[in-house]
Amino acid sequence: MPSTLFDRLWEAHVVAELGGGWALLHIDRHLLHDLSGSGGLATLAERGLPLNRPDLTFATADHAVSSAPGRTGETYDQGAPLYRVLREQSQKVGIPFFDIGQRGQGIVHVMAPELGITLPGTTLVCGDSHTCTHGGLGALAFGIGSSELVHVLATQTLRQKKPRQMRIVYEGALKPGVTAKDLALHVIGTLGAAAGTGHAIEHAGPGIAALPIEARLTLCNMSVELGSKIALCAPDQATVDYLRGKPFAPAGADFDAAIADWSELRTDDGARFDREALFNLGCVPPTITWGTSPEHAIAIDGTAPDPCAAPDAARREAWQAALDYMGLTPGQKLCGTPVDWVFIGSCANARLTDLRDAARVVRGRRVAAAVKAWVVPGSVEVKDAAEAEGLDEIFRAAGFEWREPGCSMCVAANGEVVPPGRRAVSTSNRNFVGRQGPGARTHLASPASAAAAAIAGAIADIREI
Amino acid sequence: MEPFTIITGPAAPLLRRDIDTDVIIRIERLTQLPRRELGRYALEALRGLDFVLDRPPFRGAPILLAGANFGCGSSREGAVWALQETGLRSIIAPSFGDIFFANCFHNGMLPVVLPEAAVASLAAQAAHGAPVTVDLRQCRVIAPDGAAHPFAIDSLRRELLLEGVDELGLTLRRLAEIAAWQQADAVRRPWCAPNKQGHVR
Repeated sequence: MPSTLFDRLWEAHVVAELGGGWALLHIDRHLLHDLSGSGGLATLAERGLPLNRPDLTFATADHAVSSAPGRTGETYDQGAPLYRVLREQSQKVGIPFFDIGQRGQGIVHVMAPELGITLPGTTLVCGDSHTCTHGGLGALAFGIGSSELVHVLATQTLRQKKPRQMRIVYEGALKPGVTAKDLALHVIGTLGAAAGTGHAIEHAGPGIAALPIEARLTLCNMSVELGSKIALCAPDQATVDYLRGKPFAPAGADFDAAIADWSELRTDDGARFDREALFNLGCVPPTITWGTSPEHAIAIDGTAPDPCAAPDAARREAWQAALDYMGLTPGQKLCGTPVDWVFIGSCANARLTDLRDAARVVRGRRVAAAVKAWVVPGSVEVKDAAEAEGLDEIFRAAGFEWREPGCSMCVAANGEVVPPGRRAVSTSNRNFVGRQGPGARTHLASPASAAAAAIAGAIADIREI
Repeated sequence: MEPFTIITGPAAPLLRRDIDTDVIIRIERLTQLPRRELGRYALEALRGLDFVLDRPPFRGAPILLAGANFGCGSSREGAVWALQETGLRSIIAPSFGDIFFANCFHNGMLPVVLPEAAVASLAAQAAHGAPVTVDLRQCRVIAPDGAAHPFAIDSLRRELLLEGVDELGLTLRRLAEIAAWQQADAVRRPWCAPNKQGHVR
């Protein structure tokens, strides 16, 4: 019977079949961060359980640390205890801890791929829903809660039920100025925020093969906003080229053996999916969200919808509540709506290519006087590489703040918030009520669109700049 | 973990769709407060003068009737803890976020999937606090008028919840089996071990 990429990844990690579609799955990589990892390590210690595989576990601080220039792990006082527990417990149980200021520190979903910790054909988990990001390299990766996190620490396995499978096929090529972020928002806006619930999604087709790795990571990152905790792209030559020479990736004969194994990681012709969808990349416009769910996504030259036109009563209520929260009226054009904040960062869009996209728009221009604009690189690696290219100078000269790696304003668990009632264009992945701070109004967009909003002082169409 | 067999009580209606875990509990509440204090901050962004879980007969209600895609978003298990601290033991909705759904079972909270029309009908009947019963043994929800809504649930999850069994305890009995798998895998996939040279300092 033809197999899918997901079937192959799943079957390669079954330690024991548990019946009824359940399996005990081996976990090859476990990423810990300050927000959920600290509690997990503390629980493990309290229960007197040993860490099963310190060599497969990696830790860094990202969620609850300040991104202010000159920060330490304890600059944000309410996050300091989490940082200290993660650092101390990591050292105690012998797992690598990428500390503030060191190479490797950064947002877990940015640092692990770029260090080669994430590999095709592996299973990877983290106490964070955006762990689906790593599927962009062909890893079976998903977010877990605190209980599952302790289960992995103690046993290096998880009990999982095999999900249904969905494939989204992409044809054609993105138009200039349109990025993987626009594509992700367009897909979520078209299919809905629960379209992938209960499914593992494979992003496939010629459009994916043509996407650079960092764009695949962005697309997979956003897949949890489509409802799926697992997203995948089949590894290919671009994946191999991306990983070659990465610090934690295999080297020499091991790398050759890996390439041979990875070449098997694909979906057979004729394999069946429970759900399929097709998108033409050439039809994707620059896309932005108007409301409080990632599915509230429209073309950037579009207008906020009228709840009377909602397809059902539940959506009518949700749209009205979203319009009220966002301070928008039905039919209002998004372009030209004044913004107060611009945030370029997060595990969706804080990689080097994202910063290059934004810098291209910013170069030689000035941030509008009323706008506060931040760039928060995803990791120390990204920050160093961007500075080597002079991107930091471009942003600073335009009036952006150039900050230190971490989750910052995406999660607002670090004292960095958009003030109540203020409007932000953000390259992050969630526009939920209060996500960027109580009362904060978030529009999700690509790095280029966020940069354009900073310059214009209002939501702006990148195609007109 | 507290077993779940059958509960009866008021069922609070909160039918807005896509209520995410950030809305269920703000992240700063989780970093700043112990678990037992989370209840009063559950769903705080939606709490107004007349919030359903703050008024009789729904204060301390054991059942929540929710909209589609309830608990989407962040993996924070604190979302389950916060709802639990208000007194909830079961949430009935047309669909749930995947990670939230799994987190419920790890905490003795029963998420029940029923069609949207059934949830709406329960909400109408339970609007003034008439008791609803969630019966995990019979796999059905009983409306105030006595109508039974059968629900499907994974049999393994059901067993663990009925007995209050913690998954970790079960897996710890398999450590030898896991070690054997790891040993064989090291031969099968030599490339999978993280490169020891990689640790950057």
